[in-house]
Amino acid sequence: MKKKVLTVDDSRTIRNMLLVTLNNAGFDTVQAEDGVEGLEVLEESNPDVIVTDINMPRLDGFGFIEGVRQNDRFRAIPILVLTTESDAEKKNRAREAGATGWIVKPFDPSKLIAAIERVTA
Amino acid sequence: MDMNEIKEIFFQECEEQLAELESGLLRLNDGDTDPETVNAVFRAVHSIKGGAGAFGLDDLVSFAHVFETTLDCVRSNKLEASPDLLKVMLRSADVLADLTAASRDGGTVEASRTSGLVAELEAYAKGQPLPSASAPAAPAPKPAAPEAPVAEAPAATDDSGFQPVPFSFDAIDGDDELAIDGGASVFTVRFKPRSDLYAKGNEAVLILRELAKVGDLQVRCETDDLPSLDMLDPEGAYFSWLIRVETESDEEAIRQVFEFVEWDSTVEITAGADEEAFSAPDAAGEEQPMAAIPFDLSLLEDEPVVVAEAEAPVAAAAEQPAALAPANMPLAAKAIAAEAEKKETAVPAVPAAPQTIRVDLDRVDRLINLVGELVINQAMLAQSVVENESGGSSAVNLGLEELQQLTREIQDSVMAIRAQPVKPVFQRMGRIVREIADMTGKSVKLVTEGENTEVDKTVIDKIAEPLTHMIRNAVDHGLEGPDKRTELGKNPEGILKLSAKHRSGRIVIEIADDGAGINRERVKAKAIENGLITPESNLSDEDIDNLIFHPGFSTADKISDISGRGVGMDVVKRSIQALGGRISITSKPGKGSVFTMSLPLTLAVLDGMVVTVADQTLVVPLTAIVETLQPEKSDIHSFGPSQRLIAIRDTFCPLVDVGNILNFRADLANPVDGVALLVESEGGGQRALMVDAIQGQRQVVIKSLEANYTNVPGIAAATILGDGRVALILDVDAVVTASRGQPLSPDMMLAATG
Repeated sequence: MKKKVLTVDDSRTIRNMLLVTLNNAGFDTVQAEDGVEGLEVLEESNPDVIVTDINMPRLDGFGFIEGVRQNDRFRAIPILVLTTESDAEKKNRAREAGATGWIVKPFDPSKLIAAIERVTA
Repeated sequence: MDMNEIKEIFFQECEEQLAELESGLLRLNDGDTDPETVNAVFRAVHSIKGGAGAFGLDDLVSFAHVFETTLDCVRSNKLEASPDLLKVMLRSADVLADLTAASRDGGTVEASRTSGLVAELEAYAKGQPLPSASAPAAPAPKPAAPEAPVAEAPAATDDSGFQPVPFSFDAIDGDDELAIDGGASVFTVRFKPRSDLYAKGNEAVLILRELAKVGDLQVRCETDDLPSLDMLDPEGAYFSWLIRVETESDEEAIRQVFEFVEWDSTVEITAGADEEAFSAPDAAGEEQPMAAIPFDLSLLEDEPVVVAEAEAPVAAAAEQPAALAPANMPLAAKAIAAEAEKKETAVPAVPAAPQTIRVDLDRVDRLINLVGELVINQAMLAQSVVENESGGSSAVNLGLEELQQLTREIQDSVMAIRAQPVKPVFQRMGRIVREIADMTGKSVKLVTEGENTEVDKTVIDKIAEPLTHMIRNAVDHGLEGPDKRTELGKNPEGILKLSAKHRSGRIVIEIADDGAGINRERVKAKAIENGLITPESNLSDEDIDNLIFHPGFSTADKISDISGRGVGMDVVKRSIQALGGRISITSKPGKGSVFTMSLPLTLAVLDGMVVTVADQTLVVPLTAIVETLQPEKSDIHSFGPSQRLIAIRDTFCPLVDVGNILNFRADLANPVDGVALLVESEGGGQRALMVDAIQGQRQVVIKSLEANYTNVPGIAAATILGDGRVALILDVDAVVTASRGQPLSPDMMLAATG
């Protein structure tokens, strides 16, 4: 069965890239534009893994991760954070919030797939 | 979807983000202290950087990175958003826009602009410039730096996340040869997860699987910590692993595997095999003394196993925490659920953005064209029903009326699709103002109003240029320098107000400055010098002000780089007229000038008066017509050889014979036989246009003559009437100008018969 990935990112560019990359790699992909929508989509899509951005309007990545980790049904889902190399501080905060791992931007399809495979069975 | 399409999306998104960036910075500049504004500004730059990185647009990435770093300092309150800083940031936003454009369309941005700003931004990020210190005092720009954005990151944020796990360096020092020899080296890894590791969605088994990619493993699972069942926390972490890795890679490769979990586990990597550990398993857990467990250890005291075999028990252990049954912790769960609910109820407070879709402009244009055809068709149908009056039952007429109303509604709705706020154009003006203010050393504050006023996209596209020119003009010629302003008792910072509003079916854009106003003496002198007027001319203030729209008129003593460029206000006027618009100026010496332009909301339809002139059907734009009147013989007065005036109430107004001007007929028509349309021409003067008869008033679909035939002087465009005939739309201003003695070009006859 195809694995399902939920991506949460406010950038249309990155969303499209994630979609193309993940679909090409044989994943099912569901997408949300910010943390609030991410939590909604989570409920209805039941993904195997989540990839999220940090800087988003309404509810940022930290809040989103906390939201997932506080959700009894979904709190064990691996969550990968899209981050930039210079965002070490952010990475730490993401880990504190409960992120499983991270993908360092610039966006690289092979790195993304490798990271997803790394955290999923 | 391929990469090129995504790239296209990226550039579209950049434009939105750049607009967001600029408006955010301007809000901050106006004293907005909402953290969300700073966040939005930061996000805009961050987004651009993220996308640019994915496409390898290095220049863009490196500049965005520096910008972002400084913004981050503002966001985290390390740096105050002072007016000086905001100025630097606004200029940075401009450069970012240029870099984006350069990435999209090719070309480059002057390296000096980028490097200068990079230096200023970095200086702010390091907290070096005092609020009052001028930015150029910042450290010299790094010439070659932009290629390595990562390296430019301030050290403060860089090292906190990548701290190597402390124990291990000493241990490997002596064993380096192992790896250098090129053969496989052996490492021993002790891996003890804490429960947080599982809580964050990691799994020990997956880590081991990853490790197996680095080299051959021998894995031993330490179960000594496992408490008795009644003591067992289902979400606890009790197992640890002792792994012997035989690999051709180095220690770093092994450490990489534990990258995601180094916080939530203890990982010890030592070079060389810990043979003792593998032969004497009891010694493995010595680091943390463990309580004896009442388990039959013999079951676990197998030979060390390779990873494939180890997976099963490991997986079982790892799944424990993963299988999280809510029933296990009802209290905590409730608390969590309550909190989550709180979160959810708090969230909808943010108003959802209206749903939008993006549509290719071509599709909208096609729709508009089709609706245009529909309108024409409906008019033709109505006409033929009227002509066959005998067959027209009341039901047909009723249906026809409804059809007409629906058509009109469809047309309005389709036009609304194309309607867009003038905001993006206004925002661009902000940048123009900054640039010119910089170049002229003036201090200018741009105030915009009514930026959400909507107008057809084609109009928006076309007003940017004249608007730019007028803005440049207002800053360059209108506003005084700060010293002069202080001298005059004005605020040294000049104010330029740009506003838009709807007024009677048109959009009115005003550009008001609080500068010196028009220097009438100088304008008059210049006009006399250029032979535009004679020294004896008695002109009203308004007339003098409007002289600046005359071709080739410029009061600037020296042609400046800014508003000179060989383009005068006459060009602005002409381009606005080409849009069916009008422009005028009012000015008060010492108080400033106001340029007012009014434009049609759309270039696709027009409300017109259908008239007959020398057996030709013409359409006169309704917006130009002030009133219509039936001339009496006593009102007509001859003036000179061929000029005639008509008396309207207390004033005299030149009478313009449209048929004669357009060469529809050689002689002058008798005014008493026709109708006069009083029109407002540019510059405020009124003229009475003579036509033979008025047929009626209707909305017509504009068909470009230029696109379908060629430009015809005196004629703005064409349309198709209900009876299927082509009618020409009169260019009122051109006809009025021609009546002043500048003949229209001779190809008129040809066009008029077409």
